[in-house]
Amino acid sequence: MLGHILLISAQINSRSGVPVLEAVAFGVFAEVQRGISAGFSSVRSVWSGYAGLRHVKSENDALTRQLEVAQVALQQQRALADRTRNLERLLGLRDRSNLNTVAADIIAGGATPDFRTLTIDKGTRNGVRADMSVIAPAGVVGRVVMPGTRAAKVQLLIDRNAAAGALVERSRAQGVVTGGGDDRLRLDYVSEVADVMVGDLVVTSGIDGIYPKGYVIGQVESVEKSGGAYKKITVKPAVDFTSLEEVLVVLTPTPAREAADGSVE
Amino acid sequence: MAVAAALALQTTLARYVPGTVALDLVLVVVVYVALTSGPVTGLLTGTFAGLVQDALATGVIGIGGLAKTLVGFLAGVIGTQFIVAQPLPRFFVFFCATLLHAAVFIGLYTLLDLRHFGAPYAAVAGQAAGNAAVGVVAFQLVELLPGAVERRRAAKSRIRR
Repeated sequence: MLGHILLISAQINSRSGVPVLEAVAFGVFAEVQRGISAGFSSVRSVWSGYAGLRHVKSENDALTRQLEVAQVALQQQRALADRTRNLERLLGLRDRSNLNTVAADIIAGGATPDFRTLTIDKGTRNGVRADMSVIAPAGVVGRVVMPGTRAAKVQLLIDRNAAAGALVERSRAQGVVTGGGDDRLRLDYVSEVADVMVGDLVVTSGIDGIYPKGYVIGQVESVEKSGGAYKKITVKPAVDFTSLEEVLVVLTPTPAREAADGSVE
Repeated sequence: MAVAAALALQTTLARYVPGTVALDLVLVVVVYVALTSGPVTGLLTGTFAGLVQDALATGVIGIGGLAKTLVGFLAGVIGTQFIVAQPLPRFFVFFCATLLHAAVFIGLYTLLDLRHFGAPYAAVAGQAAGNAAVGVVAFQLVELLPGAVERRRAAKSRIRR
């Protein structure tokens, strides 16, 4: 009986296109995960608020020094941004830096080690939809694969089934970044004659219709000749997926997505 | 209940303790239940745990369920046919159970051309060793804790007398 119900519900899709079984199980478990996460956060805040205050003075001094350095860097970046903005205006380019985003807390990790996913505390109620990109200050995190009402499942870029259009910032060589299930990424389909060096920054190309263009994916860690038409390139992700606590979900559709939606209509 | 607790622990530990992301605590619970309660309970626990885990992951519902059903049943059979009461045999059962689970899980995904795992030998061996270590420790804790509490109570009552 239960088996029949499970099998039938697994084959029926909900309004958001997700199987009912998956949607119900995820919705229920997300609430449990929210509770557990809240409990852990309370314990951590108590710990960091009382027991962890021992080295605050020295930490405060170090942070003040860091802030001074950061303020100088900020001024330099601001000057650079002004210059870039002027150039963009001159070239008639559309300013795509004002992405509409929603901040989300991570409430759970993956349920199985074979799938690299995270659960965030924002869902369709907050405007989150499937295939929206998820970013962190350091770079690209992944994409929303299953939005619930109050939570959403995010497939990390390091998952085996994840991929993103990418380009090497220095030489503009294009390729596709794919996850391998471990903590490294592969940059595939980069021509054997392309100029790629260890340490090059890899950013999103925006052609996949999910990730906005120009966001950091990682740094080239190794470049090998595979003997075929393409190079074998390993990329170290810019984001440390083990210490993520808060992410941003990009609500603004990419130009490729807008174009695709327009052609469907 | 144990499966739900394992799932909650799995998703929480993966965030706070780096490295635990490779462990499959749900599989550990399935094998534990199978060894202590027999093949039928192991099979049912495996089916339930696998289906729930599949529903929470992004893959096909049923593949993990099938793998865990098989592992639950076989671990239950081994538990009834052999004496698995020492840490080393238990370690071996947990280790082999993880290998079997990985073989079925990866095999089915590869056969259906749904996901490519490359050469995951090191990752699977690491997961098997980790699961086995956690399983053995869980057994030891469950078996030793009630005895330790009893001994403490007895010692206290002796002091009072």
